[in-house]
Amino acid sequence: MAKLLPEHPAWLWRDPDPRSSYDAIVVGGGGHGLATAYYLARNHGMTNLAVLEKGWLAGGNMARNTTIIRSNYLWDESAAIYEFALKQWELLPAELDYDFLFSQRGVLNLAHTLQDVRDSTRRIQANRLNRVDAEWLEPDEVAKVCPILNVSPDVRYPVLGATFQPRAGIAKHDHVAWALARACDALGVDLIQNCEVTGFVKDANRVVGVETTRGRINAGTVGLVAAGHSSVLAEKAGFRLPVQSHPLQALVSELYEPVHPTVVMSNHVHVYVSQAHKGELVMGAGVDAYNGYGQRGSFHVIERQMAAALELFPIFGRAHLLRTWGGIVDVSPDASPIIGATPVENLYVNCGWGTGGFKATPSAGWAMAHTMATGEPHELNRPFGLERFTTGALIDEHGAAAVAH
Amino acid sequence: MLLLNCPWCGPRDETEYHYGGQAHVPYPQDPSALSDEEWAQYLFFRDNPKGPFAERWCHSVGCRRWFNVIRDTRTYEVLAVYTNSEPRPQVGAGVEAGGSR
Repeated sequence: MAKLLPEHPAWLWRDPDPRSSYDAIVVGGGGHGLATAYYLARNHGMTNLAVLEKGWLAGGNMARNTTIIRSNYLWDESAAIYEFALKQWELLPAELDYDFLFSQRGVLNLAHTLQDVRDSTRRIQANRLNRVDAEWLEPDEVAKVCPILNVSPDVRYPVLGATFQPRAGIAKHDHVAWALARACDALGVDLIQNCEVTGFVKDANRVVGVETTRGRINAGTVGLVAAGHSSVLAEKAGFRLPVQSHPLQALVSELYEPVHPTVVMSNHVHVYVSQAHKGELVMGAGVDAYNGYGQRGSFHVIERQMAAALELFPIFGRAHLLRTWGGIVDVSPDASPIIGATPVENLYVNCGWGTGGFKATPSAGWAMAHTMATGEPHELNRPFGLERFTTGALIDEHGAAAVAH
Repeated sequence: MLLLNCPWCGPRDETEYHYGGQAHVPYPQDPSALSDEEWAQYLFFRDNPKGPFAERWCHSVGCRRWFNVIRDTRTYEVLAVYTNSEPRPQVGAGVEAGGSR
């Protein structure tokens, strides 16, 4: 049988065994981990480095998100890091020589109450001051952007208007990971799968290596980029993180003709919807309330999300659900990420992205790489250090970031 | 959906409850004596174990009373339910990490 099959196409990356020592190790082979390794090599010339992934590359939240990319966040610190990411997204398909279907089809953030309208217009002004594209659309203008959206006034939560960020959009998440992995591999980075970190080797308070299921690996610098499992790794390294891991569910419909031209998010009825290039309607909502590492959540969360989607999009009434799934997201107290130094020397962390990490893949990698290579935070992540929970300088994006967390 | 056994009302669907996060986090005895670091620990840092976790739930559409549950965060299996006046039961050893201390 094998003789009848065509030859396997060229692999996008090697499958190396771990070496005994690297200048730097990135723990976690998801989008952020791969982006960190890519920018360590590209921006800082560090190529003696490895990405350690306990499963397969990009099989965690990178495979489970709803692929939305936007930068219309309220606070200056957030707008800076997400807008930097969006600018990189605009460059990356050419830079990585990989068309990962980045589609700037815009995002509508709906307002359903007077308070929503006030918050939205405030956020538009904040966005404009930060040179993030944002405009206010009245219901009739919303309907022009997205004709299938129900903007009639006789529903429970009528659409009173929306903010619109035209440069926002979606990208094919798996292809983003593969593009980054191929680029890392070409730069000499070892991408090591099925290699779980089980402990940290320390000299006094300085990390000098990691214990893994494939043996001990020494390292000059270690970066934890493990999303929902960040607390588990931090515990092994001897410190705590102010994050809680929750299941976050999403779902897709069967494949349909293109009917949905943009991305629609609603904070108030709480659903976000886009349509993938293949045709699936992709929907997500908020996290399950309880802590969980199970990569699954409770069905009533899906049920509410579908009810919200159906009110906004009556056309979905006959759509069939194809599958639902869950990821594990690490939510921080202020719904903003944590990127920077840890109490352990030479050990850095990028976590706390909660429900919104995919869109920030390039800037998270850029900032984390800078921090690991130089020992100092980049301007992008300086406000996002662990110390903010002691100083009180929180970046409170709960609700402010155009979606409830 | 979780099925939780309210100590007063019996087994009810998860949708009747409100989640309260980690149990057994006492208010500081002398708050004004805390350093900024200690205050941060009290306010923002909670255990996040992958394994048995003692957590609070409120039967918010029923008796509206708070109680404690030990639940495995890997499997979501409920290992124990107990009231605030009862001591924490000794169940669920073997926390993988992330954790309880």
